[in-house]
Amino acid sequence: MTDKFDKDKVDKVPAGASPAPTEIPPEAIKAIPVRHYGRWVAGVVVVALLVLLGVAFSQGDVRWATVPEKLFDPSILEGLGNTVLISVASMALGLVLGVVFAVMRLSKNPVTSTVAWLYIWIFRGTPVYVQLLIWFNLALIFPIFNIGFYKDEMTDVMTPFLAALLGLGLNEGAYMAEIVRAGIQSVDEGQTEASHALGMSQAKTMRRVVLPQSMRVIIPPTGNEFINMLKTSSLVVAVQYPDLLRAAQDIASTSFAVMEMFFVASIWYLILTSVFSVGQFYLERHYARGSLRSLPPTPWQKVKANLARFSNREAVTR
Amino acid sequence: MTAMVKAEGVHKSYGAAHILRGIDLEVQNGEVFCLIGPSGSGKSTFLRCINHLEKINAGRLSVDGQLVGYRQKGDKLYELKDSEIAAQRRDIGMVFQRFNLFPHMTALANVMEAPIQVKGETKAVARERAERLLDRVGLRDKAGNYPSQLSGGQQQRVAIARALAMEPKLMLFDEPTSALDPELVGDVLDVMRDLAESGMTMVVVTHEMGFAREVGDSLVFMDGGVVVESGNPRDVLTNPQHDRTKAFLSKVL
Repeated sequence: MTDKFDKDKVDKVPAGASPAPTEIPPEAIKAIPVRHYGRWVAGVVVVALLVLLGVAFSQGDVRWATVPEKLFDPSILEGLGNTVLISVASMALGLVLGVVFAVMRLSKNPVTSTVAWLYIWIFRGTPVYVQLLIWFNLALIFPIFNIGFYKDEMTDVMTPFLAALLGLGLNEGAYMAEIVRAGIQSVDEGQTEASHALGMSQAKTMRRVVLPQSMRVIIPPTGNEFINMLKTSSLVVAVQYPDLLRAAQDIASTSFAVMEMFFVASIWYLILTSVFSVGQFYLERHYARGSLRSLPPTPWQKVKANLARFSNREAVTR
Repeated sequence: MTAMVKAEGVHKSYGAAHILRGIDLEVQNGEVFCLIGPSGSGKSTFLRCINHLEKINAGRLSVDGQLVGYRQKGDKLYELKDSEIAAQRRDIGMVFQRFNLFPHMTALANVMEAPIQVKGETKAVARERAERLLDRVGLRDKAGNYPSQLSGGQQQRVAIARALAMEPKLMLFDEPTSALDPELVGDVLDVMRDLAESGMTMVVVTHEMGFAREVGDSLVFMDGGVVVESGNPRDVLTNPQHDRTKAFLSKVL
């Protein structure tokens, strides 16, 4: 009995692709499948709850027509552009600071590693909202910005954009430093030794051997950080930066379509995060080179493969 | 013949663990020098001292007449800067037990990397040599493969080609076949035999007694951080003088 069962299993694997013509096809197992009553119950409960939610919203006092109407409002699009700008700029600053402080943290020099530790401790340990307010109100303690060759009123220097960039970027740098450090430490020590044995310097070993390999570990959490950043950037309302949320609020205050405008903003945030998630997939795929024997297929390749399989099957059955 | 590697009273300890307890030996120019011994005897540690992956605590160690990791002025020793140590390592190739190929680069890129980055060679020159070296180790058709797509034996042969690309005057082998499936050992040993015949000076830490007997010019048996017995491989392996050597060989042969 067990013999027959095993044989079936083994034979079945290639059967779909190209059945050997001379072999007698094994008899397929006919058995009554297990009934998963629990799954049915759960499915019904979830659908019922969704229906209730839909009913509630349909009865709410929402002027749905306003949502598509305002979705492409010029001021909303301008706010959207500003949100992308401040998010990308802050993330770029965070990345650079992250690599610098991660390398400092891992350095043998006790001064640099302690300073890096302090930076991470302060900027990760305080709320980003408070940090934004501190940058924005810096003029209260330093009315004049003076670095020798350049001198100006602090209120002119610390624009909403700069306050937002410093607030978000410096905060992000602290998180990125920990992510980069974990990535660097994930690279096998043998890699550094092999590189040194070839006569490569510390800096070249880091740049050519360690960092590229640490990317595989660094990219996924960095993608999460960036998606977080897109959303956290809405806090820059606190420093008067004209982002997407601010644009939505401005329209809301004049048109009284408050909730509708929050929906508009939410739709754009969802679109942004979705688009960048796709970008993350391709970036991760790029840095998986060499660590996987074969790269995972892109969604497009999957579609093509499925289509090809479908047409093959048709050819076979015909 | 002149000495390529010269060790005098070399000591090495990690904290309380005293790994090398006074190693004296000489590796002559152009010879294949085999180091054997039980695990923990310090043979790999000694090999790693030769290219300064480990710092020695006492004694003197020199390669081709130059102290490793230090400069002597009068009777004072000065530590070398990182860049000077890197310069010393250029001339010493090393092959590791675990291959340590760069996994994010193809076989060809692995071999091209150091000449371009360290010697500042052009891509064309480096590629030409890399292809020749991959051909020499029998892997010309695998040039475009990443290490994860190669067997252990193929990876180790790429690693040898990578070390040779720097045109070293000394090659160090740290148990190059220990991590390989038995049927793959032969290919790697063939490459090493070919290299030995070309006149390369080689220091080989190995458990392959057959290789040591056939290819080796000198052999040292180490145990407990000291050299127990040394001499011609055929003599030492067939007619060991020391009890510890006899005990070790009776287990591995």
